[in-house]
Amino acid sequence: MADSLLELRSLRKTYGALFVTDNVDLSVRPGELHAVIGPNGAGKTTLIHQISGLVRSDSGQVLFDGEDITHLPMHERVRRGLARSFQITSILPAFSALENVALAVQARSGSSFRFFGNAAREEALNDAAMECLNVVGIGSRARVPAGLLSHGEKRQLELAIGLATQPKLLLLDEPLAGTGHEESLRVVETLQSLKGRITIVLIEHDMDAVFSLADRVSVLVYGRVIATDKPERIRANEEVRAAYLGEEESL
Amino acid sequence: MAELTQARAPSMSSAVARFDPLPVFIFAMFAAAPFLASTSGAEGYVLSLLTRVMIFGLAAMSLDLILGYGALVSFGHAAFFGIGAYTVGIMASHGVEDALIQVPVALAASAFFAAVTGAISLRTKGVYFIMITLAFAQMLYFLASSLAAYGGDDGLTLSTRSLVAGSDFLENDFALYGTTLACLLGAYMLSRSIVKSRFGRVLRGTKENTVRMEAIGFQPLPFQLTAYVISGMMAGLAGCLLANQAEFVSPAFMTWQRSGELIFMVVLGGLGSLHGAIIGAAVFLLLEEFLPEILHAASFFLNDELRSRLSENWQMVFGPILILIVLFARGGVLGFIRRGSHG
Ligand SMILES: Nc1ncnc2c1ncn2[C@@H]1O[C@H](COP(=O)(O)OP(=O)(O)O)[C@@H](O)[C@H]1O
Ligand SMILES: [Mg+2]
Repeated sequence: MADSLLELRSLRKTYGALFVTDNVDLSVRPGELHAVIGPNGAGKTTLIHQISGLVRSDSGQVLFDGEDITHLPMHERVRRGLARSFQITSILPAFSALENVALAVQARSGSSFRFFGNAAREEALNDAAMECLNVVGIGSRARVPAGLLSHGEKRQLELAIGLATQPKLLLLDEPLAGTGHEESLRVVETLQSLKGRITIVLIEHDMDAVFSLADRVSVLVYGRVIATDKPERIRANEEVRAAYLGEEESL
Repeated sequence: MAELTQARAPSMSSAVARFDPLPVFIFAMFAAAPFLASTSGAEGYVLSLLTRVMIFGLAAMSLDLILGYGALVSFGHAAFFGIGAYTVGIMASHGVEDALIQVPVALAASAFFAAVTGAISLRTKGVYFIMITLAFAQMLYFLASSLAAYGGDDGLTLSTRSLVAGSDFLENDFALYGTTLACLLGAYMLSRSIVKSRFGRVLRGTKENTVRMEAIGFQPLPFQLTAYVISGMMAGLAGCLLANQAEFVSPAFMTWQRSGELIFMVVLGGLGSLHGAIIGAAVFLLLEEFLPEILHAASFFLNDELRSRLSENWQMVFGPILILIVLFARGGVLGFIRRGSHG
């Protein structure tokens, strides 16, 4: 097996008696787009929370880039190149789209303990932010307060914010959820263009998108990974069909 | 309280770019006031009232820096008033009368208190943060009350105002007024700069969405703590000025009611604008000062006995007026002005 960029070892999270993630082992190779699919409530979002550090794991390990990051807080993980988006859009609604992204650029460029000078006018930050907005296709909306963007545009903004942290690995939690057809095509196109440059873990319900984008697919059911394989093999996997694909999607 | 801190003025990011003439107007008024005062015949009274307005404006503005821009509802901000005032009082009673020593010591003491209490209280959120800041302020209040050597409950009268580099020019009310105005202006410009800066942007972002800020690589605590320390120091400076203005120091400077009034001033003027807090302090203190007379004049149609009862019990009217302003002028006085100017 090739060296992995992200490795999960027996990761577990329980809420009361509920095993939301249960002994999850997962290995993400550098450069791959690794999709995680599974029915609603399977624990996909929780798994992303555990990897990103938003939720503390009960047991198990998270290794990133050869380092054990299990106990690092979220901001430390981001600094090591582990960025994420949120299934439920999480942006700064009163800031312009550009400033949302510029803040992410600011986080990695020099000290933020500067008390003088207008941050909103820092060209270097704004230029880098603008580039990210253009990558996801909402450059023309840069000056609009993020709270006033359409739902689809907010999803694209989430992606741009993630990119602006210059991640080695990007965790995307249902980036297509609730987007219109056009926007969804646009996001898939963006992900296609990022493929190979950034390692991506993609959680998505849109099976067309998953099977066209993913290098490998893991299937999570009731908190357990029941299969990890190439997309076409996942499609053919009987267990997967029985547990998930058969009932939800006609392939 | 969440509602209170979330309610926001129009987008900060775009507001920053626009020039707002209101702060210029406010400071021009403060600068012009002494000249008008000297023609009024009651200049001592007018100067001392306006000096108080500016001192409370400074304290309220310092609170706005963390409340309006950081959503940190400190319910113990009057503690810094007390630290500043007692530093001046205690040092003066030991013969250290120069502001050039008193003020740096007061600022250092405020910063220390803010750093220690902030490091503890900022680990909590919401109501818990409010309660802990209140508890720390109460501790200080009881400490001051128990300082028998410095007057205990009764407080401490200053024999003179602070010297400045050996000179006693602060004894002149105009000079104290001017010094207070300079402090307010300096603190305002510093705060304005902070709010726009990289640091301020992180603080504002954290107020809007802490998880998002962490998810792009910021740790909120150091930013919030730094803001808390800066805010505490500004309020400490206000305390130094208050001691000089009142020529008196007492535990009453740091009661929880005083902390509550500061929050009220910020909300009254309009959260998250800096100069709104100054307006709030002015409205609050001027209403408090003149409401009895206003009531007396406005109730000319009542008989004399009712009139005098009404103006005696002006506080019964004061509370409802404040509540009405907050309820119906969303965004405080400033929100009212903004809506007016936008038709
Ligand atoms: N904070 C929480 N407290 C209790 N149960 C939770 C919590 N978060 C998630 N769950 C439960 O964990 C399960 C998995 O949720 P989630 O990770 O959101 O699944 P998915 O993203 O795959 O739809 C669900 O049954 C959900 O109700
Ligand atoms: Mg989910």
